[in-house]
Formats: sequence, structure tokens, C-alpha cells
Amino acid sequence: MRAVDALMECLKAEGVDVVFGLPGGANLPTYDAFYDAGIRHILVRHEAGGGHAAEGYAKATGKVGVSLGTSGPGATNLVTPICDAMMDSVPVVFLTGQVRTELLGTDGFQEADTIGITMPIVKHSFMIQHPLELPRSIHEAFHIARTGRPGPVVVDIPQDLSRADIPYEPVTDVHLPGYQPTTDGNQKQIRLAAKALANSRRPVIYAGGGVINANASAELTELGLADRFPVTCTVMGLGGFPAPHQQWLGMLGMHGTRTANYAMDEADLIVAIGARFDDRITGKLSEFAPRAKFIHIDVDPAEISKNVPAHIPIVGDAKNILPRLTAEYRALGTDPSRLEEWWSRINAWRQRYPLGYTDSKDSEIKPQYMIQALFEATGGDAIVCSDVGQHQMWTAQYYDFPAPRRWINSGGLGTMGFGLPAAMGAKVGCPEQTVVCVAGDGSVQMNMQELATCAEEGIAIKVFIMNNGYLGMVRQWQELFWDKRYSQVEMGQWPDFVKVADAYGATGMRFEDKHTLVKDMQEALATEGPVLVDVRVTREENTYPMIPAGKPARDMVG
Amino acid sequence: MGEPGTKEVLSLDELEAVAGQRTGRKHILSILVENKPGVLTRIAGLFARRGFNIDTLAVGPTDDDTVSRITLTLDGAVHPIDQVTKQLHKLINVLKIRDLEPRETLARELALFKVSADGASRAEVMQVCEIFRAKIVDVSKRSVIVEITGTYEKVEAFERLVRPFGLIEMARTGEIAISRGRSET
Repeated sequence: MRAVDALMECLKAEGVDVVFGLPGGANLPTYDAFYDAGIRHILVRHEAGGGHAAEGYAKATGKVGVSLGTSGPGATNLVTPICDAMMDSVPVVFLTGQVRTELLGTDGFQEADTIGITMPIVKHSFMIQHPLELPRSIHEAFHIARTGRPGPVVVDIPQDLSRADIPYEPVTDVHLPGYQPTTDGNQKQIRLAAKALANSRRPVIYAGGGVINANASAELTELGLADRFPVTCTVMGLGGFPAPHQQWLGMLGMHGTRTANYAMDEADLIVAIGARFDDRITGKLSEFAPRAKFIHIDVDPAEISKNVPAHIPIVGDAKNILPRLTAEYRALGTDPSRLEEWWSRINAWRQRYPLGYTDSKDSEIKPQYMIQALFEATGGDAIVCSDVGQHQMWTAQYYDFPAPRRWINSGGLGTMGFGLPAAMGAKVGCPEQTVVCVAGDGSVQMNMQELATCAEEGIAIKVFIMNNGYLGMVRQWQELFWDKRYSQVEMGQWPDFVKVADAYGATGMRFEDKHTLVKDMQEALATEGPVLVDVRVTREENTYPMIPAGKPARDMVG
Repeated sequence: MGEPGTKEVLSLDELEAVAGQRTGRKHILSILVENKPGVLTRIAGLFARRGFNIDTLAVGPTDDDTVSRITLTLDGAVHPIDQVTKQLHKLINVLKIRDLEPRETLARELALFKVSADGASRAEVMQVCEIFRAKIVDVSKRSVIVEITGTYEKVEAFERLVRPFGLIEMARTGEIAISRGRSET
């Protein structure tokens, strides 16, 4: 059979039921094979939309997402999703077309060095050099994307090789001698960690996106509840520990709660699980958690002691390690009352610094209230995607995520335009669930074309644009740190999002009154098909609290 | 430092990199990699992107033709070696990395020096060569080419001694290394 038909067999063997892509010259053979392969292909309007949709699919389902583009511009349009998937450890396989081998290196039409361009932003990549390599490379790509610390894998397939006739034998094993992720976790280290926990008086559990990737939220919750351990999550880890909860401190980091950040600052022991001590978490690194010892659990050994030296490193899969840590800790039979002093300190912060804002006196919708209303309208039970900016932080703050894989955002790369296509992918992966996207009026315009995809394919996402007419987060920084010199942040009054929705075959709505907002949102959620809602909110509202960049947690403002 | 949020103009001194864990000595990493296209690019790219500086680099075949050995040296005073090796390990084509212990390692590099040597100085140059067990492999009227093998330090010392005679040019391979004793590197 043709190499591309073998490719279809490989995709099926990997359990792929849907791919997101856009055809072009160099991947014509692949698209010919899709014609009757029986795999759902969703035709996106821009490759970046397809890449983010594959990410959204992967984040919502835990399966490997697949995204396709042709050579040259098709592949370069995928660069942002590839980098995004790398930063947030999302398992996605990107299949790119490449010019015929005889044209390689000649600056042929639509030729780009895809492997070279993407090399710094992939977990691994394969340049197919012989058609017989294709099946094995595909399986190895899926294996690498899915295992260890997940990430993007690019497979670049020259057009002529993909047409070659090859004998196809199903591949049942992978041969990657240089790739053996450690998953087990050293028992001695785990015992040490349990003892450190037992001896600590001011412990904090700090969980990141790794807990979600490892499907270890139940195990994390078990550990938290093994004693009265205070728990906080990064923006990537939200949903890893059920919120709200007595032991839940709220989100950590630049726009996290004061309680969570202060607790880290005063902790004597921090248990980092699937987290990487990003600058948005630590603030000024030299003054980060000065009194704490660190237990660091991560599947990627390179993360351990990268930014903060770990006293007890444990390399492995959280799902495997956490139950053993919980068991070891329980066996020590410690006295929970030793944490009482710590809890009274934490509770004092909670009381003094709750998340809050001043509501409007009239019908104006405060952006924070918009998220609270959305929480109410969805019963807290939706998959919520977001773009990047103020609306993202407000959603993270005010929408309590009770379970993992309900919160899908671009944390590491901070990609504007991520939300709408990611919601599309999440809805395709979880058709029974309500999928909403909280978008910014700036962000949403970066991948709005995918509304057409949603309308054509009947993908019923509900997009709520938090419209303040600004690139809000940049405006906030200019207000706070650059003397209110608002440079190029005003978005003006266009486009008319209701008309945009209409033109794309979606339902458009506009909400401006806070008194009817919950009811209006419920109506939007109940409307069939894709819905795009223009929610007009207070124009100049700031996201607080905030640790100014490069400052320690104690210097939090707002 | 370098945060978009802070308004103050940065001085160049402030831009100096923040130190991590430094060992302060030269390290020789012996890296076995799959002999596949693009592997060296991946390693070079990783070094560039993470801001690691390679002092010397030598690539060659091993006894197994599917595997190549990359020997590279870098300065432990400048780089967190631990982080360098961990990042290298993440590359799928990297099979094995050894941070060679200096005392248990045999390291050699080959260098060619083209040195001015006319009538008066030729004898002196030859004397230096003899002390270093270097070979003169080419002679012309006014210069000689010297071949020398040895550790990085020996080649450095040789360079210092011949430089005053007039060093016209020099080519060095960078060190290759192997561990002493029976066990594999």
C-alpha cells in the first residue's frame, strides 16, 4: 500500500479518532488517504487554529492530539501551537508535508526547513528519509508525545516518499534506546519525604500542571487529606485539587491569592509536584520561600534544581509516587495538632485578604462578576478555555474548578488566540460536556476564523468575550508601571462581534446588564450551535492581587 | 531584571547572567549518540538556546557504526554542569553521557602549529619541540609546521612557548577522551 495508507493504519492503531488540519500541495497524498480512511478530519481555517484545537482536545481528553499542515507556510503557521504545546507539556503529534526530496534544499515552492525551525520547541522530531521509516516513526512519535513529560512531536513527510508503495506490517514495539523516562520514584527518597512532612510545622503542597498530565489529582487530594496539609496550585494545576475546599489556599503566583503566596513565603517545607518554579510563581528568585526546604517530585529530572535547589528530589510519575508517599506518611502516625498554629496563621490571611472587588453601583458588569456569573450559569460544571490576559487571570481566580481537565489555558507561552480553537478541540473530544471559552476582545480576533469551522462541523462551543476595548493586561502594566502612558492598547469599537458571529453562521449576543447576566448566560448556553457573546465590562479594571514582576511575594499589591 | 514591567533602564552590569551551581573546573563530557542526521544540530541548538558555551567539540565514530561519540569540554565555572547533562539527556538521540572524572580519564588533542623559524630561531624551535615530543612535519625556508598531541593543558603550554618565535597559524581538534581501566567510558 502507499505510505500514506500505512500512515492511516498507524493512526488507527494509535486510537486516533479525530485530526485537525488543512491540506496543501505537499500533503495531497495524505489527504487522498483521508478520503476513505474512516478517521474524522476537521478542516480548520488556519493551521494555528488546528494546532490549538489539537491541544485543547489533548488537554480535555488526556489523549494525544493530532494536527496537520502542508509544507512551508502550513508548517510555519504551526510553530506557535508547537511551542505552546512544548511550554505546557501537551501531547500533540504534528504531521507536516514537505516538498519532494529532489527539491529539498533548493528553495523549492513552499519549502521551509520545518525540522530546523521547530527543533528548539519540540520534544522530538522525525524527518522521514525513506518511506519504510514512516510507520515506525509515527508510532515512536506517539509514544514520545504521550509518555514521560508529554510534549509535541513533529513528523515531516516529503511528498514523494508519502506516495511510495511499501509493504506494511503493523508495528507493535518502539525502539528508542535513548528514551527511557523514569516513572517509579525512589522508595528511599519517598520515605525521606514522608519524614520531612512529618517533621514540618508549616508545610505547603504546591502542585502544577504535571499533576493534571499524570492524571494524579485523586492521588494529590489523598496526600493533601492525609493530614491538614494546605494545598495550592499553579495556573496550570487548577482542578488538580478540588476547589473550594477547607485546605485549598487558592491559586499561587503573580495573580494568585495572598494567602497562597504568603503561605509559600513563610513555609518551612514545600512539596512541589509536577511544577517547575516558573518566574510567575517565584517572583524574585533570591527571596523566594526563604525559610523552606523543598521536596520536588517531577517526571522530568531536568526540572529538579533548575531554578530552586531541591533538598529531596524524587524523579518519577506523580500517579505512582503520591500514593506511596501518602502511605509512608500515614505509617508515621504524626500528630495533626502540630499544624494548628500554621492554620491559624493561614486562616488569618484568608480572613484579611479574600479575593474581592468593588461592584458597580449601576448595571455595569465588573469583569470579576462576569466570571462569577459564568460559574453560576454553568453550575461550575463546564470545561472552561481561555485566551491570555486579564480575563484569563480573573477566570483562574473566580471560577472554582472542582475536577481536573476542566480548565484549559495557555500558561507557559501565553498565546493570545489560544482559547477559541482550544475550546473547539475540547468540545470535539468531550461532546457531552458544556465547553465555554472566556476570551478577550483582543485575543479572540487572533483565531476567530475557527468560528466557521465550528458552524460547519456543528461544534457547539459558547464563547464569552470579556470586552473592555483594550489589550487589558498590557494597559494595566502601562497604568501601574509606565505612568499611564497608554501606548497602542486601545482596541476601538470594531468589529461588531454580534455581526461577526452572524456572518460565520454562529449565534451572536451582547450582554451589558449585570442584573440579568446569569439568566442571559444561561440562555446563551442553551442556544444550539456555536455562540459568540460580546459581554461589555468595566473598561479600566485591574487584575489584583499582583506580585509586580521581579518582586518577592511579600511585595504583593492590590 | 529584564522584566517588561519595570521601568528603570538596565545597566549593562545588571545584564550579567545570574550564577547557578558552578563547579569551577573544566569538564569533559563524553556523549554517545545515535548516528542519525541532525543529531549534532540538536546538541548545538540546545547549547545555544540554554546559553551554554562549548569550549571544544570533537565528533567521531565508535566501534559501533550506529553510534557516534561526541566529546565536548566546557567550563564548570560558567555553567551549571548538572543542568547541562540533564538537558542533554532529554534529547531522544542521546544514548549515554559521562561527565569524566579528570583523574580517571585519558584525554588527548591533536594540534598543528605553523611557526616562523628562520636560520637563527630554527634550532630553538626544534629544541622546544623535542621537549614536548612534538614532530616537525613540514619545513620551508622561513617556517615549520609542528604536530603535537597531548592534553589541552600541554598544547596550551606549547603554544605559549612557541608564540614568541612568531605563531603564523594554529589548528586544534579539541580533546577526545576515554576512561582509564577496563570499564567502558
